[in-house]
Amino acid sequence: MKEENEILLLKGNEAIARAAIRCGCDGYFGYPITPQSEVLETLAELKPWETTGMVVVQAESEVASINMLYGGGGTGKRVMTSSASPGIALMQEGISYMAGAEVPGLIVNVQRGGPGLGTIQPSQSDYNQATRGGGNGDYNVIVLAPASVQEMADFVDLAFTLAFKYRNPAMILSDGVIGQMMEKVVLPPAKPRRTEEEIARECPWASNGHGLKQRKPQVITSLELQPDIMEERNRHLQAKYKLIQENEVRYETHCTDDADYVIVAFGSAARISQKAIEIAHEKGLKVGLFRPITLWPFPEKEIRELSHRVKGFLVVEINAGQMVFDVRLAAEGRIPVNQYGRLGGIVPSPDEIVDELFKLAEQAKA
Amino acid sequence: MTREDIIQPENLVYQKPRLLNDMTMHYCPGCSHGVVHKLIAEVIDEMGMQDHSIGISPVGCGVFAYRYIDIDWQEAAHGRAPALATACKRLWPDRLVFTYQGDGDLAAIGTAETIHALNRGENITIIYINNAIYGMTGGQMAPTTLEGMKTVTCPYGRDPKIHGYPLNMSEIAAQLKGTAYVSRQSVHSVPAIRKAKKAIRKAFELSMQGKGSNLIEIVATCSSGWKLPPVKANKWMEENMFDFYKVGDLKDIDKE
Repeated sequence: MKEENEILLLKGNEAIARAAIRCGCDGYFGYPITPQSEVLETLAELKPWETTGMVVVQAESEVASINMLYGGGGTGKRVMTSSASPGIALMQEGISYMAGAEVPGLIVNVQRGGPGLGTIQPSQSDYNQATRGGGNGDYNVIVLAPASVQEMADFVDLAFTLAFKYRNPAMILSDGVIGQMMEKVVLPPAKPRRTEEEIARECPWASNGHGLKQRKPQVITSLELQPDIMEERNRHLQAKYKLIQENEVRYETHCTDDADYVIVAFGSAARISQKAIEIAHEKGLKVGLFRPITLWPFPEKEIRELSHRVKGFLVVEINAGQMVFDVRLAAEGRIPVNQYGRLGGIVPSPDEIVDELFKLAEQAKA
Repeated sequence: MTREDIIQPENLVYQKPRLLNDMTMHYCPGCSHGVVHKLIAEVIDEMGMQDHSIGISPVGCGVFAYRYIDIDWQEAAHGRAPALATACKRLWPDRLVFTYQGDGDLAAIGTAETIHALNRGENITIIYINNAIYGMTGGQMAPTTLEGMKTVTCPYGRDPKIHGYPLNMSEIAAQLKGTAYVSRQSVHSVPAIRKAKKAIRKAFELSMQGKGSNLIEIVATCSSGWKLPPVKANKWMEENMFDFYKVGDLKDIDKE
């Protein structure tokens, strides 16, 4: 493996796999499902267990995958899984346990359309599930939304860093477009996996036996039957989530400074919206783009500030309207907040988005 | 000779295992869990693996196993312990990794995780407590409940026409290529306890030698679930359980 930055033409899913090996990931546990199977396939082909020592296991189900993640993360190792929407639905039990026991780990969701078995075509309809926790109990997962193959590669290390900083599961919420499309990628510089001593320093909470004779046994658990202690644990989690909301909001803006209207979109919808903005500019409409990179924590404050300066928001998302509610909460009724999305695996075209922008402009004028 | 003369280390014939702490166990009187905990604590200590062990506790009566044995633990979701153990062992090959599971956890909700971890030949040990009933939730039918046996969810006795047949996981495990050692034991008498300890030790050693996966089933009593006093529960187990769940080694890779 080249130490320096390597430049390759890759699918988003391949970029995830290669970035994982390069950023010192200790283990991948996954189960095949379209449109993300290239992650496991790429790892199997690259055989990282012979180079970095990274473990790769094809599990018997997504349920097993996520519980392998829970077990591996509980020992302080950098572990990840990837799946697509129906598989992520199956993983919710394990994600909830990880949040409750404060176990770090990376979950990649390359979304496809639903509900149920749905379709293998792209979608962004797991937004609510990802940003509201998804399983049982009061918890949040850190959610990063890549809009390019480059970001698929870059967010692996970022997600691990955040997951370990806050002892919390982190998710890369991608979709079938970003997972399958090919782009030029500058892969991150290779760094070694942490040694046992380094893990012991970074993760004094980890349950792996290290140094047990000099300390009390560690137990990774989400269980507590005494209500007063359990309430205290929940309050601790909530305080942690507040800290994440204060410190980890990430977003990108494009042409918002003098915009009359702003599209709010993430992932592949943001990519398509960029083209729509170009067309709108040619037609004389001043439109900007606000792209949340962290979907949780959501850039609520920044969107609220923007709502004081612009005449309307158009939320473009490949679903029936999910993020639009977060944008409306942030805009507090000051300006119109419309939503445009396509369903069933169809992605919106730039022209459709431009039509919606002109509708919004007329509405705002009225 | 005074009492003080007698209480000397050289005269010691029995003591609480070093790794078993003083926490009061939540198990019912007559329950087999405490004895099995003791054996695990003894074996880990005798192997010198205290700071090289990871135990995975289940959902069920054994959920609090982590409170009693002074090693590092993880508490799994119901049935998922073998998945956690798989990751722990793959990521820490020099650790002694074992799960501790009941029959509901292992043979119902966790059947897939159990069979696949065993069949992959993960170098772990699964300690499987089979008392043919759900203890913690209050005595419901388990996958292992015997035909005709009464529980609160089969109050007229298990009827295969309605409830299906008891599941014999160790016989299944013995057929899998990934298993090194599959043994069924019990802890209702001193000789049985000794044999059970030997089996646990052998399983732990094989897992550390990288020979494959190991399943130690302990046919166990559940006085509360069976609604029998401890002595009668032991007798009921001998008379009813051992006929279907035959004690002994089912597979031993060393003898093949």
